[in-house]
Parts: sequence; structure tokens; C-alpha cells
Amino acid sequence: MQREGVETQSAAYAGVSRSARRGHSPFGDRLFRLVLLGAAWLVLLVVLALFVELIVASWPGISSLGWHVLANAKWDPNDGSFGVLAFVFGTIVTSAIALLIAGPIGLAVALFLSDLAPRWLRQPTGMLVELLAAVPSVVYGLWGLFVLAPIMRSYIEPALSKTFGFLPLFQGYFYGVGVLAAGILLAIMVLPTVTAISRDVFTAVPMEQREAMLALGATRWEMLSKAVVPYARSGVIGALVLALGRALGEAMAVVMVIGNKPAIAASLFAPGYTMASVLANEFTEATGQQYLAVLIEIGALLFIVSFIINAGALLLVRNVSPKRRAARG
Amino acid sequence: MSRLAARKAWSAFMIALAGLAAGIAAATLVVVVLYVIGRGAPALSASFFTNLPRPVGVPGGGVANALVGSIVVIALASVVAVPVGVLAGIYLALFGRGRLADSVRFLSDVLTGVPSIAIGVFAYTLVVLPTHRFSGGSASVALGIIMLPIIVRTTEEAVRLVPHAIREGALALGMPTWKAVLLVTLPVARPGITTGVLLSVARVAGESAPLLFTAFGSQFWSNPVTGPTAALPLVIFQYAISPYHEWQQAAWGGALLLIFIIFALNLAARLAFRAKFAR
Repeated sequence: MQREGVETQSAAYAGVSRSARRGHSPFGDRLFRLVLLGAAWLVLLVVLALFVELIVASWPGISSLGWHVLANAKWDPNDGSFGVLAFVFGTIVTSAIALLIAGPIGLAVALFLSDLAPRWLRQPTGMLVELLAAVPSVVYGLWGLFVLAPIMRSYIEPALSKTFGFLPLFQGYFYGVGVLAAGILLAIMVLPTVTAISRDVFTAVPMEQREAMLALGATRWEMLSKAVVPYARSGVIGALVLALGRALGEAMAVVMVIGNKPAIAASLFAPGYTMASVLANEFTEATGQQYLAVLIEIGALLFIVSFIINAGALLLVRNVSPKRRAARG
Repeated sequence: MSRLAARKAWSAFMIALAGLAAGIAAATLVVVVLYVIGRGAPALSASFFTNLPRPVGVPGGGVANALVGSIVVIALASVVAVPVGVLAGIYLALFGRGRLADSVRFLSDVLTGVPSIAIGVFAYTLVVLPTHRFSGGSASVALGIIMLPIIVRTTEEAVRLVPHAIREGALALGMPTWKAVLLVTLPVARPGITTGVLLSVARVAGESAPLLFTAFGSQFWSNPVTGPTAALPLVIFQYAISPYHEWQQAAWGGALLLIFIIFALNLAARLAFRAKFAR
């Protein structure tokens, strides 16, 4: 209903704008439209400027070192070796841990909020989870450094090593700070993203879909897992990919708990480094043109990768938005 | 029948797990916030708000310059981002058809998810490198870019929700479009727009990554626009990774203050949104 109202309304205004183009409308209207148009273009220009500026600024780094820094794992700026592979590795591993934890939990919370919880419980629970997203990353970092890391060192890492110690993933010293701690902290931080978006796509699944499944004799869980989640699949994937984008680019919380060591280790207990956290940690200390250029190059790479990831995720989420489905029939 | 019982038991089990997950998620927030309150409250005192940072060993240091720095940097960012964002949002809501509008919408949504530290690098290369100094102004550039897409999208939603009949009423009475929009539509949409602005301020108030190499931080009073300046999230980071207990204590105090400010902004945003429906 509301959507239809919106359509007629913008149609009415489109009519106004058409007459404006023909020159029937007063000067004020033409000026007004021009100002609005300028503002809209400005938003586009900002995005364009981000692309151009970051690529231009990282050009000295790209041209002098080339893209093969991506395949080089040795990061020793004082020695002139600028291999960023360890950062790429750390970014991928921490984000993967975050998604492995936040994915299932976030989807479960979303189902709880869209279908399972009693009505009176939905809004307060949803609000608490949304407030998780409002906590600044530096506060998560502070909490991770002083609370999570000691817990990791004294309890979680020894327990994991005892149970799964035969895997190289869970071997080595218990530092507390490290790749695993960063992954867990990131999981907490991206949980609201997964939950909020997948709750919206679950709510958008038509009631008939649920009723048909129940009428066939399915239990509530079968209804959710076989009729609701598959229907919302592309939206759920979109939510996970958006969360991935958030996890890839998080700098402050990660820099405080990952240990900041540019090395590739098999163990999740070992300290590591990510692309965003090396920027946070070394940018202001970068001495020399080349050092700074490589860091800017990392920033540009981070920007482009997350831009592509976000764009892809939004297209997936948009597929299940109510408007599109109405158009489909 | 036992098969049905098994299916029902499985269903109940999985539903209980989902409930547990929701409980854990909500409890995480409560645990983090309570911990910050517990550790931060002892650090808060009148002098914490009014004093400059002091060297380790000298009691009574505060974050006054960081508070002022944060306020000035965010205000400067808002002065540019709010008008541009609101105007672009009105454009999308009223004339928002066609390729330009679709691109603006899409790119705004993408921009919301871009890492803030990358935007900090942009502000660094754009402002800090040519001017040869860290400055609060360059931090405002970064924060303004982060605010912009949030304001654009929430303004669009708010303006779209205004019934078209009242605008047509104004047009039928002979008002030009620009007057009808500014004097009739915009006042009705104002609570929604206020919500968006408050949310965008809440978002950037907690940002520290883009400030690292723009605002840079300072131990003293400085011109928060043209020179390096302290900012609250930045101070928390710098104190947190310091080895001194007093500074770590100040970091907890700052974290509590920051969370309080951000939650208050979120609450205000919600209240503003509710005011719309009360009308």
C-alpha cells in the first residue's frame, strides 16, 4: 500500500519536473531543482574522488614495487622489504573466524526475532542487539585487550589445546592476544550486521510460504529451515557478505588484540596482523616515501576490495527486498 | 508416532538453541557495557572533564581538550555533510528516478560499508599531505564522508513518508514547488531527518580509525581546526595501549563517557523518530 503511494507521489513530482524542463515553471523552481541535483552529484563525486585519490596516491608504491608485494610475506620496512602477504593472510583468517562464529549465531538470533520469540520480547531483544552495533570499535578493543585476552590466555586457549591439540591450529604458546582473539572480537562486532539484515529478509518472506509448510505437517523448525531460510537465501548470503566487509576493514579493535606481528603462522593462538590494523599501527610512524606509499597502497586495496564486496552483497540483499518481489509477481 | 515425537523434539531443541543464541547476543552487550561502567566510573570526576592530560604520576589529568576537539571536528563535519546530505536525500525522494538517482542510492549504501580507516587514508592524502600538517579539519573531511551516506538515505526515507496529498494541496494553492517542499514537506519530514542526523553523529562520534592520521591527537590545547587535535576515541586508544595504569584507567573513563554519549544520541534519535508518529 505504502509503496504504491510512494510511486504515485514521485510520479506527480516527475510531472512537475517535466514542466520545469519545458520552462513553464518559475525561476525559483528551476534553481531549486538545480541545487538538489548538485547535491546528488556531489555524493557521486565524493565516491569518485575516493577512488581516484587513493589510486593516484598509491601509484608511487605500485610503480616502484609492483603488485608482487602481494605475494611476498616478508615485512621489514627498515630493510626495504615490503611484503604484504602476511596482512592479507591475517585479514582473511580473522574475518573467516568472525563469520564462522557470527554467521550461525546471527542467523539463529534473526530467526528468533522474526518468528520464534514471543511478540513482547522481540523489540527489546532486537534493540539490545542493535545497540551492540553502536558500541564504538575502540571500546571493543579496550574490552578485548583487558578482558577477552586474559580469558583467552587462561581458559579458552588451554581448553582448546587440550581438546583439539592434535590440530596445528590449536598448538603453540598461549598469548591471549592473537588471531583467535581478534576473530572472536570481530564476531561480536559483526553479529548485529548479520542479525539485522537477515531478520529483515526473514520478515519479508511471505506468510503463505510458512502456512503452506505448516499445513503439510511440518514442525516449526522444519518450516523455518526448509521454507523460510531457503526462500531468503540470497538475502542471507548478502547479510553474511556485508558482515565480511565489516570484518575485513575493522582496524581499531583488531590492532588492540591481534598482537601485531607480521608473520604467517599455522596456529590461531599466534599473534598476527591485518591490512587495516597495520594502517592503524604504522601509518603515522612510516619513515620514507616508499614505506608510506606501500601503506597507502594497502589502504587503496582495502577500499577497493571492500567496495566490491559491499556492492555484491547489496545486490544480493536487494533481490529479496519486498519491492522487487512484488514486481516479480 | 515415535518418528513424529522425534521430529517435534528436534524442533523444540533447535528453537531452544536459537533462543539461547539470542540470549548470548543480548548478554554480550550487557556484559561489555556493565564492565565498562564498572571500570570507568571510578575514573570520572569533575577534573576529568575540565583538565588537560597530565604526565604519568601527576594526578588529576583529564580529557577536556579531547572533548572540545571531538565536538569541533564533528560540528565542522556536520556543517558540510548535513546540508548536502539532506538536499541529496530530498532529490532522491522527489525526483529520484533514473540512472543518476539509482547510482546515488547504490553508491551511498556501498559507501556506508567502506572501512573508515580507508577514508582516513583518503583524507590524509587529500588534506594532510598538501598542507604538511595533521589537523582537525582533515579529520572533519573524513568524518563528513562517513556521515554523508547515512544522512542521504534517512532523509530520502523521511521525505518519502510524507503524504503526497499535503504537498499537492500546497501546489494547488499556487505555491511554487520549491516553497511547497521547503515549507510544507520538510517540516513534516523533520523528525525523520533529525533521526538520521543524530544517528550519523553517533556513528562518527565513536570513530577513531580515521582520526589516527588526520586529527593525530594532542596533549595540549590547540586550534582544533588547523592544528593536530585530541579527540575522545583517539585518547581512549592511545591510553589503552600505554603501559601506565593511570592512563589505562583514564581510557576506561573515556570509554564510559563515549558509550554514554553515543547511547544518548541513539536514544534521542529514537525519540525523534517516535515524535513523528505522535503528530
